Amino acid sequence: MKVEFKKLSILVFALAFSWGMLLAQGHGQAQEEHGVETEQQGEHGGEAGHGGHEDGKYDPVGTVMGHIADANEFHVWKGVHLPLPVILYAPEHGWTTGLSSMFQHGHVAVDGYVLNHGRVNRVADPAFPKGEAHIDGVVAHKVEEADGKEKDVYYAVHEGQEYLLDPPSTVDGGFLGGRITSFYDFSITKNVFTMLLAGLLLILLFSAVARGYRKNIHKAPSGIQSFMEVFFVFIRDEVTKPMIGEKHYERFQPFIMTLFFFILFCNLMGLIPFFPGSANVTGNLAVTMTLAVITFLVVNFNGKRDYWEHVFWMPGIPAWVKIILTPVEILSLFIKPFSLMIRLFANISAGHIIILSLIGLVFLFGNNGQSVGGAAGGAVIGGLFTAFMNLIELLVAFLQAFIFAILTASYIGAAVEEHHHDEAHGEAH
Amino acid sequence: MTEVLFLADFSVIKPDPGLIFWTALIFLLVWLILGRMAFRPIQNALKQREQDIQNALDEARKARQEMANLKAENEELLKQAQEERAKILKEAKEAKDTIISEAKEKAKEEAHKIVENAKAEIENQRMAAVVDLKNQIGLLSIEVAEKVLRRQLEDKAGQEQFVKSLVDEIKLS
Repeated sequence: MKVEFKKLSILVFALAFSWGMLLAQGHGQAQEEHGVETEQQGEHGGEAGHGGHEDGKYDPVGTVMGHIADANEFHVWKGVHLPLPVILYAPEHGWTTGLSSMFQHGHVAVDGYVLNHGRVNRVADPAFPKGEAHIDGVVAHKVEEADGKEKDVYYAVHEGQEYLLDPPSTVDGGFLGGRITSFYDFSITKNVFTMLLAGLLLILLFSAVARGYRKNIHKAPSGIQSFMEVFFVFIRDEVTKPMIGEKHYERFQPFIMTLFFFILFCNLMGLIPFFPGSANVTGNLAVTMTLAVITFLVVNFNGKRDYWEHVFWMPGIPAWVKIILTPVEILSLFIKPFSLMIRLFANISAGHIIILSLIGLVFLFGNNGQSVGGAAGGAVIGGLFTAFMNLIELLVAFLQAFIFAILTASYIGAAVEEHHHDEAHGEAH
Repeated sequence: MTEVLFLADFSVIKPDPGLIFWTALIFLLVWLILGRMAFRPIQNALKQREQDIQNALDEARKARQEMANLKAENEELLKQAQEERAKILKEAKEAKDTIISEAKEKAKEEAHKIVENAKAEIENQRMAAVVDLKNQIGLLSIEVAEKVLRRQLEDKAGQEQFVKSLVDEIKLS
């Protein structure tokens, strides 16, 4: 009887949850459809931020990709956006700063910068007017590239003329589809905003904890202090001490703690489905790459003689094996942080994509608003799966933060380790 | 207008230099601030507390050890005292016994002596009485003899017979 009641309540919760999502999404969709109509009339640009159904058809992949992408404005609720500071640099033009609200969701171009699906793009064409200019809309043309892949190229429409839009520069060197374009975006984007918030929260939280330690000196811990002490002691006793060793762990405890909590808070913020959460921070390669590079630097700057000896000239094995092993070891120096980068990025991105896809079922089953029954079915199924996935993602949020921290600690441990067989030899002589 | 406008752009795998810059800045700042403000002090406080707890435990163990020692000492003392008491009691009992026996002995001796003395006295008294009696008898016999003599002297034969009977009587007594 009790179990039945539990099941029922879960079902009701899932239904209510999905219905809320449906309403919210439906509203956004209606707005965007409005945007599409006007765009087709060539009067206004599309509603920014939610790509995927400009021709009235629901494009699940586009929607998901739009939601996990970084953005220059923060969608709060039903068309309300939090304007974020934009800091843009074009080598041929210099710096442009302001708030993202100055683009009026893509209707106004400032110094050739246009908001396209929430991201700032730039018209490199010198013929485009400087200063503020009205934009009739943003259109996309499919272009077939040399390798046969199709790609969207966006154009801003100004006075009947189409101008090519450059996306922000990326530093993948063309391997991942990005390139250095005509400008760099150093804005406080949605991801940066979330990271700042996470950092601020961490500082507030831990200053309260540290205050507890100052207040309760020679006393039992209390309140938030005793709650967070569990984490601190866990990281110390289960991660840094066993991985780095009794002798060196104290130096690296702040770094490992910061890594763990920064990643954890970013992960958790990403799981909150509404403002100020929902940003896919740790599911962005730039973020995980930066964390991995910092880890790489910390590990290798702390490398002791033994560590480098093991990398370049492994002791205790035949010389011909050393010749094979040394390149492998040197490669592994870079593979370790690379794996950290990919692991965190892939896990968090995948979680966001799965949840967004499950929510997308509502629109897919609803046949783009034609079938209310289908939408309701999708809401129930998608809602249940989303609730389930959210729980798994909660686990993943903790797990990935922990894995990043413990692996970093183990790499640091390998770098600072002093091998005892050398000492034994030294004593024997 | 073309059909599908927004082809999926998997933009999250394209590292944006701006995002890299901000991530690095924010992370390093958070690391620096938290390390200085929170993690180092927390670490030191935890270490201090662990040391305090260890010290307290050590002290407690020491105190317990001392208590145990003290208790053992007390027990030893108690045992000694009890032994002492038992010894003293035993000695007292022995003393009592000897005193009693001595007293008994003495009393016996005294009694004996008294009896002896009494016996001697009685003997003496008897002897005195006998002497006295003899004397009285002597006197009486003299008186008798005198009387007899006075009468007998008037009669010679009777006188002699009387003396003879007197002498016989004396021999008898």
